[in-house]
Amino acid sequence: MTKWFKRNKPLPEQSMYRAQEDETRIEAASQWLLMWWKFRKDRLAVVGGIVVILTYLIAINAEFFAPKSSVWFLKDYVYAPPQTIHFFHEGKWQGPFVYGYKFERDPRSLKKIFAVDYETRIPVRFFVRGEPYKWLGLFPARLRLFGPPNVNEPFYPLGADRSGRDVFSRIIYSARVSLTVGLIGVFTSLVIGLVVGGISGLMGGWIDNLIQRFMEILQSVPQVPILLALAAVIPIDWKPVRVYFVVSILLSFVTWVGMARVVRGRFLALRTEDFILAARLDGASTFRLITKHMIPSFLSHIIASITLSIPYMILNETVFSYLGVGLRPPVVSWGIMLQDTRQIVTVASFPWLLFPAGAVVIVTLSMNFLGNGLRDAADPYAT
Amino acid sequence: MWKYLLRRFGYALFTLFIISVVSFGVIQLPPGDYVTDTVNRIRQMSGGQVPPEWEQRMREAYGFGDPFYLQYYKWMRRILLDGNFGWSFTYQRDAREMILERLPMSATMSLASFLLIWAIALPLGIYAAVKKYSVFDYGASFLGFFGLAVPNFVLALIALYFSYRWFDRAAIGLFSPQYVDAPWSFAKVLDLLQHLWIPALVVSLSGIAGLVQTMRANLLDELNKPYVITARSKGLSEARLLWKYPVRHALNPFISTIGWMLPSLVSGETIVSIVLNLPTAGPVLYGALMQQDQYVAAGFILLLSGLTIVGTFISDLLLAMLDPRIRLQ
Repeated sequence: MTKWFKRNKPLPEQSMYRAQEDETRIEAASQWLLMWWKFRKDRLAVVGGIVVILTYLIAINAEFFAPKSSVWFLKDYVYAPPQTIHFFHEGKWQGPFVYGYKFERDPRSLKKIFAVDYETRIPVRFFVRGEPYKWLGLFPARLRLFGPPNVNEPFYPLGADRSGRDVFSRIIYSARVSLTVGLIGVFTSLVIGLVVGGISGLMGGWIDNLIQRFMEILQSVPQVPILLALAAVIPIDWKPVRVYFVVSILLSFVTWVGMARVVRGRFLALRTEDFILAARLDGASTFRLITKHMIPSFLSHIIASITLSIPYMILNETVFSYLGVGLRPPVVSWGIMLQDTRQIVTVASFPWLLFPAGAVVIVTLSMNFLGNGLRDAADPYAT
Repeated sequence: MWKYLLRRFGYALFTLFIISVVSFGVIQLPPGDYVTDTVNRIRQMSGGQVPPEWEQRMREAYGFGDPFYLQYYKWMRRILLDGNFGWSFTYQRDAREMILERLPMSATMSLASFLLIWAIALPLGIYAAVKKYSVFDYGASFLGFFGLAVPNFVLALIALYFSYRWFDRAAIGLFSPQYVDAPWSFAKVLDLLQHLWIPALVVSLSGIAGLVQTMRANLLDELNKPYVITARSKGLSEARLLWKYPVRHALNPFISTIGWMLPSLVSGETIVSIVLNLPTAGPVLYGALMQQDQYVAAGFILLLSGLTIVGTFISDLLLAMLDPRIRLQ
């Protein structure tokens, strides 16, 4: 029996709450506080949450965190390999720096070969003046978190793409697009799901049946071929912002069903609750019932659902951008960056072009951990 | 039970009908059609004017001027009565030929992924539940997160990259070069199996991840029930005990979800085969959509969705056979 305690798995009664004297704290704690306590226990979810918050912070302040802008390029350094950041040169501390590049031409193929030039040292400093930008779109600024003090020096922590642009900076700028597409799509699917699921759950009867059948039909169809077809419809000459919105809305067409399911289930369960009956007997209108009593009840579940559908949206947007439907250059997103990897020869010679995929994986993983943690915590009264 | 089956069959037919309308409608959405494209091309090549009557006559000949429901009706009638899926404008071939070339391989790959999911996930899930907190258990959790987070096309890209680095093969196809155009033989089937498992694995990974988790959770629930203790105390061996009761109980919720795995499998297969350029429906559908080759695209969407709907119906059949609650309705 002691073995179990060694593994740090507490007994059920003590799983959320620290000691016996916390009993009164528990009874007085609000729903959200209980949720927070349970959520805190799931360490993966907490880590996921931290990563998500960091990613969104970086996305909002992309210009500050990215050493170069997304369009900066040096044509001499097309497909330059990533530079490692060193601290010691010939045994002496130099501070962070990278080595420069030397070019050679392969005598047979005339292809450029990059080699490390141990003679040139390009320092990497914090809080440098980089290219000018507008912070939050309003305030002109030039401050960047780190980078070479001289703007025109080659600095490619993750390598260069086929135009000589910095992959690392572009990954950061892409975060902005990829992450917000997910948000808009999720918001739209939330609205649709709430309305349809609400009607279905509240009305019951044949309306519920009809809507259920409809949702079943929608779910029994493979989504990718139809989404592809819809996305391929977007005219080439539309402005990127417009395309961006339409793509998000298209994506929400497939996710609203999941949301509607959750909402419907919650409404059905709540309809028979005593406190709803009490409110109704007190004379509450249906509208008040819904807004003041029912929605706060399942708000936590909705939040969990939302957090779990964002990564799905991001994945789909990435796939469609990769295939060239939907978002197009000059917009940057991870999917668009991955377009460079369509030729196997390119990827084999320049594997750093796959780094955007790593960003997608990290974001998806952390959002899934966060969403799972939220979903488990959404039932704070269940151990 | 027959009432249930009849009702599911009716739903399947109705869904198929809706899908056919949607497939055809979606293809019509892009502005302009084949006629405008051809006219533009003629204009570019000859540099001259194209008399407007030509456009008009072409429209009539192809039937593009008709209202939507009329075009749809003609299209459906031709498919159902003649098996004629239309004409591929890009490749100047019969659309049906193109579809039939690729669709069976798509079905094969989806089926292979499906079988792979069950073959891998079931034993893993069972083992993870039985040996809780062991290496296997944590391994299964890790696999779950991995399969969840890595999108299948990224996995396909990585698989492509590694196959190039390690095996020096330029691409992953479904056949070795000598078998590509060869007539079907046992050796060709073997070759196909050798090549099929990588793409099928890529497609099935997320399904495996989900199934392992759920299987483990279900089985853990079952293993704590009193009847397990009873059976053990009555002297049944562990192995027999495990398989005869808890596993079968744990499997029950899955039978009804088999059908719903298919849409995501077909979706995944489409994407992966576009990335890896496999000889299945995916790349051709993608090409047809990009070029507005509407009959080919509509035909593919219709049949791919048809595949899933048939699969869902088969799973309903299975459910009816296996779940006595439905059988006795």
